[in-house]
Amino acid sequence: MSQFRHSLAGRLLADPFAVLALLIIAGLVLIAAFADVVSPHDHAAMNLADRFAPPSATYWLGTDNLGRDTFSRLAQGSRIALYVALTAVSISGLIGLVLGMIAGFGPRWLDNALLFFFDTLRAYPTIILALALAALMPRGLGTVIVVVVITSFSEYGRVVRTQTLSLKNAEFILAERAMGASFLRIVFHHVLPNVLGPFFILAAMNLPVVITIEAGMSFLGIGVPPGTPSWGATLKDGFDYIRSTPWIILAGGLPLILVTLGFTFLGEALRDQLDPKLRKSR
Amino acid sequence: MLQYAFQRILLALAIVFVAISALYTIMITLPGDPTTVLLGPRATPEIRAEFRANMGLDDPVLMQIGNFWTRVLAGDLGTDFNRNRPVAEAVFNALPHTMALVFGAIFWSASLGILLGAFSADNRNSWLDRISGILSVGFIAAPSFVVALYSLLIFSVTLRWFPTIGAGEPGDLGSRLYHLVLPSFAIGLAWVGYVARIVRASMLETLGENYIRTARAFGLPRRVVIYNYALRVAILPAVQVLGVGIGGMLSSAVFAEIVFSRPGIGALIYDSVSGRNYPVVMGSMLVAIGFFVTCALIADLVNAALDPRHRVKS
Repeated sequence: MSQFRHSLAGRLLADPFAVLALLIIAGLVLIAAFADVVSPHDHAAMNLADRFAPPSATYWLGTDNLGRDTFSRLAQGSRIALYVALTAVSISGLIGLVLGMIAGFGPRWLDNALLFFFDTLRAYPTIILALALAALMPRGLGTVIVVVVITSFSEYGRVVRTQTLSLKNAEFILAERAMGASFLRIVFHHVLPNVLGPFFILAAMNLPVVITIEAGMSFLGIGVPPGTPSWGATLKDGFDYIRSTPWIILAGGLPLILVTLGFTFLGEALRDQLDPKLRKSR
Repeated sequence: MLQYAFQRILLALAIVFVAISALYTIMITLPGDPTTVLLGPRATPEIRAEFRANMGLDDPVLMQIGNFWTRVLAGDLGTDFNRNRPVAEAVFNALPHTMALVFGAIFWSASLGILLGAFSADNRNSWLDRISGILSVGFIAAPSFVVALYSLLIFSVTLRWFPTIGAGEPGDLGSRLYHLVLPSFAIGLAWVGYVARIVRASMLETLGENYIRTARAFGLPRRVVIYNYALRVAILPAVQVLGVGIGGMLSSAVFAEIVFSRPGIGALIYDSVSGRNYPVVMGSMLVAIGFFVTCALIADLVNAALDPRHRVKS
């Protein structure tokens, strides 16, 4: 039992905010997985007799301008949010991991070139680049993922590079090298596991950012195709009728706020636990 | 310092050059007729033929990029064919509105963030400190466009405290500021959280320094030491973060401008994208990226000038 208390999971469960965060994320995953079961109505079914219906026992969060049930649309939207977040974070994380390690281990000129590349990508403000690319690419989740990958992999690259550089000359690596370990053994057996800690913290912190970018792009009409129940699209529908039916916006913003809070608190808790140096300064 | 500043300026110029050139290359090498892409569907065949000849669209890509920069450096950002005006005019009419928004957001985040952070550090580990820590994380997590929508709904539509639309009467400073309050707050809220946390952390670090102990030993009041001596050093990291954060604020500004129906770079790009008006998109991108890189550079140089350690670190 005492072993559990000192494990990562045990320490996380001792932190009330981490528990709250895990509950929110578990709720999101469950709703996404069983979206068709928890939805009281078909998310795409229009019911023109019940347009702009206020929240009631039939329509838990009311209906929109086409009489579609807002709760069912938000439940479906959680699938889109999770899908985009996981796909985009995996792709950009993987690219960043590879490039960061190349920069860390590579010769000086390559390191400098990659750093300059990372700096250049950081000069694009995400949503503004999204708008520019949306003018050139077809509308859809593919474009959202491309935008997120372009604007975020450099962040992983930087973190992995810094970590690799400081590990490369650490004593245990020098000792390993002196004993004749191959380059690949050093990379995969010693450096990679030590890079992954900060890497996963960054990934956890980036999930809510990506969810917000997807919702934001869909709000602007450059994300999901029309009719898709993304959270951002629901907010857009609500924005058009903000004066007459405020509950569409109120309901549409809630899952976004809850989920970003959940992932942010989890990321914070993870960082506190995995990085004792940071724990001290807080 | 001079050498450091020179290096940084050179790097910033190189970044803007490469970032814009890459975007321009994507635009001109896309499959399809570039005249449709660059002029929009409304251009007549005569305009197309003239454009093709003027732009040298059959030249090698590198030469086209060279020509593009020659024109940009001469102050020519192209022509907005949809409304028949120079792109530069459209962009520089919009830029001041976005700058006001971004600097308004910086005002909110710096004033509230520094106060909150200094207060937390002063009352370290009290329950007030903990509440302000939770608030900071909440501010950081809240998506700026949801904050914009909610504040529009609550303070403008329901309570009617603030206007819902526009940037105010031209020339009337009071009205302009009044229209700026909510949108800039929506953008700045997240940065209140960031700044508060950074100021708190660096303040705690500063309070452990020798010169602070010396000041205390000389009998200076606690409040003077914390808010006059320590705070001055502790806000430096926040300057850097806000400088780099302007990129994020420009993204948030797009939403604030659309939600509050304000003119600005974000609204301009948004309208141009729906109208497939590529010259305006390109010109706005150029100015937005230039503005962001310049601000980040200034923040970096200010930091380096005030804190010599910073020059060695980077």
